[in-house]
Amino acid sequence: MGKNRAFDVTTLPGFTAIAILAFVLLYAPIVTLVVYSFNGGNSVNLWGGFSLKWYKIAWENEAVQGAAVRSLIIAVWASVIATSVATLAALGTTRRKRFRGQTFIYVMINQPLMVPEIVTAVALLIFFSSVKLATGYSGLGYLILAHSAFCVPFAYLPIRARLEGMDTSMEIAAADLYATPWQTFRHITLPLLMPGVLAGAMLAFVISLDDVIITEFVKSAGQDTLPTYMLGQLRRALTPEVNAISTALLVLTVLILTAFFIITKKRG
Amino acid sequence: MNQDIAVSASRIVKTYGAGTSAVRALDDVSIDIEKGEFFTLLGPSGCGKTTLLRCIAGFETPTSGTILLSGRDITFTPPNERPINTVFQSYALFPHLTVAQNVGFGLQMLGRPKSEVAEAAARVLALVRLDGFANRLPQQLSGGQQQRVALARALAPQPEVLLLDEPLSALDLKLRKEMQSELKRLQTETGITFIFVTHDQEEALTMSNRIGVMSAGKLLQVGTPRDIYDRPVNRFVADFIGETNFVRATLAGDQATLGSGDTIVVDAKGASGSVTLAVRPEQIRIAPRDRPGAIHATVAESTYFGTDMHYQLALSDGTFLIARLQANAANVYGNGDEVGVLIDGTALQLLAE
Repeated sequence: MGKNRAFDVTTLPGFTAIAILAFVLLYAPIVTLVVYSFNGGNSVNLWGGFSLKWYKIAWENEAVQGAAVRSLIIAVWASVIATSVATLAALGTTRRKRFRGQTFIYVMINQPLMVPEIVTAVALLIFFSSVKLATGYSGLGYLILAHSAFCVPFAYLPIRARLEGMDTSMEIAAADLYATPWQTFRHITLPLLMPGVLAGAMLAFVISLDDVIITEFVKSAGQDTLPTYMLGQLRRALTPEVNAISTALLVLTVLILTAFFIITKKRG
Repeated sequence: MNQDIAVSASRIVKTYGAGTSAVRALDDVSIDIEKGEFFTLLGPSGCGKTTLLRCIAGFETPTSGTILLSGRDITFTPPNERPINTVFQSYALFPHLTVAQNVGFGLQMLGRPKSEVAEAAARVLALVRLDGFANRLPQQLSGGQQQRVALARALAPQPEVLLLDEPLSALDLKLRKEMQSELKRLQTETGITFIFVTHDQEEALTMSNRIGVMSAGKLLQVGTPRDIYDRPVNRFVADFIGETNFVRATLAGDQATLGSGDTIVVDAKGASGSVTLAVRPEQIRIAPRDRPGAIHATVAESTYFGTDMHYQLALSDGTFLIARLQANAANVYGNGDEVGVLIDGTALQLLAE
């Protein structure tokens, strides 16, 4: 730094206190949750000594196993589908001349960010129940489709950012060197875009893994994901098993998001 | 159709925007570029030279007019179907491909067998003296080396025409001089038609077979470097190519009367009345005052340039002339010296305003 700043927010009274308070509010509950996942006792707020027993219980719980596998299947499919759609959308909105209604299209693509999730959830519940009635199919496909849809904007934003930051001179040079539009995409645009695509996929994966509201409304019987399973547990006796599952989910998410930031920081 | 014409652009107009805010980037430009020549489009930034190049490459479509390549109409042919390659100002090397992959890209896209692509890449890399760099990535190379890769990449498919968009502007002076002779050598060795865009008049004069001078979307003059330098068609060309003194004069037959009242004999070629004389600084000699035909002047300023001296000479009416003389002992004058000025009237140009 070393710059002489006319305005420095850290000099205002209470800056340090407010910052500390904010961080405590953000992290104290999570730290508590993580600490009690190692509780030897049966309570989520009375300490009974250190133990890994709740991790063992959760690991051996067939309902948890089923929910975890379902969560992963849905997240993998949803992130693949959402990222593919988002890549096409990002290409369609950046690799062309500016067009009328461009901003409107951006808003349309990012619909899931604006429409309240509960509204989408209810709409999907009603829509899919008619489809279920008509087709008789009641598999995981509905959850995969619903997750794919709301993951699109999360995948779209990093991919579009990457495309906008990418100089079109590479693509022009490829065309100059006899590449057809498809060859240009295949050999130049896509490889250069890959970090953006990966970042988008990771974000979509995390968002899908974490979803409660839409999943709760769309799922059929026996289709609990990890988050909806945990929600179900709240209605019964709450044990540190939920803490253990939450902690595992937290670690997975933090790992993926760390990878996301490393990928997006590393610019080609 | 003339067999020796590589690129023939006729009546090219390129307009950007519409209505009253429309800008004419190219205003009725017609030009024939011969096969195997080193042709330079020269002009200040914004004169339309790069737009013309982009129309030839196929990155822009002219608003009207046609472009022929060896007699074939390519006005609306997409860039990937034109046997024309470009060396970009920013190089635009593919950062994820090695030097050899970059250079082989064109032939690879044309579907040539792998062995042929590799062979051609190696041969062209040798041609630009980058033999040992085939497996490096572009960002591991210096600016000058990247420049050579860009050149090799554009040469590898052996295009009919090579377009060069101010390729040397990012290099420092020494490297630029080196690349100038390198480019000239490559053009002679390959026999490919080069169309070179630059705003650097010295670069244009030293490298080109012919130069086209552009300004404000118009092609003002096409000719050999000597034509352009010695016989500029108007004040803009004379001013843009090298240094020029512009002196107003009135003609009576072959006698031109300057504002100072002095007279010089010129070749009027039938012109008369009020004209502007374009006098190159090296066409002016300084002599003793009493030399017959010498115009009286005072040395206002002298500047040392190593090999030569520049003198600013004030005529009796306050008109200034710049003279360039060799910096030797015979040509030393001080400020305020009263001198005589000799202008070779037959060598100078009469310009229409």
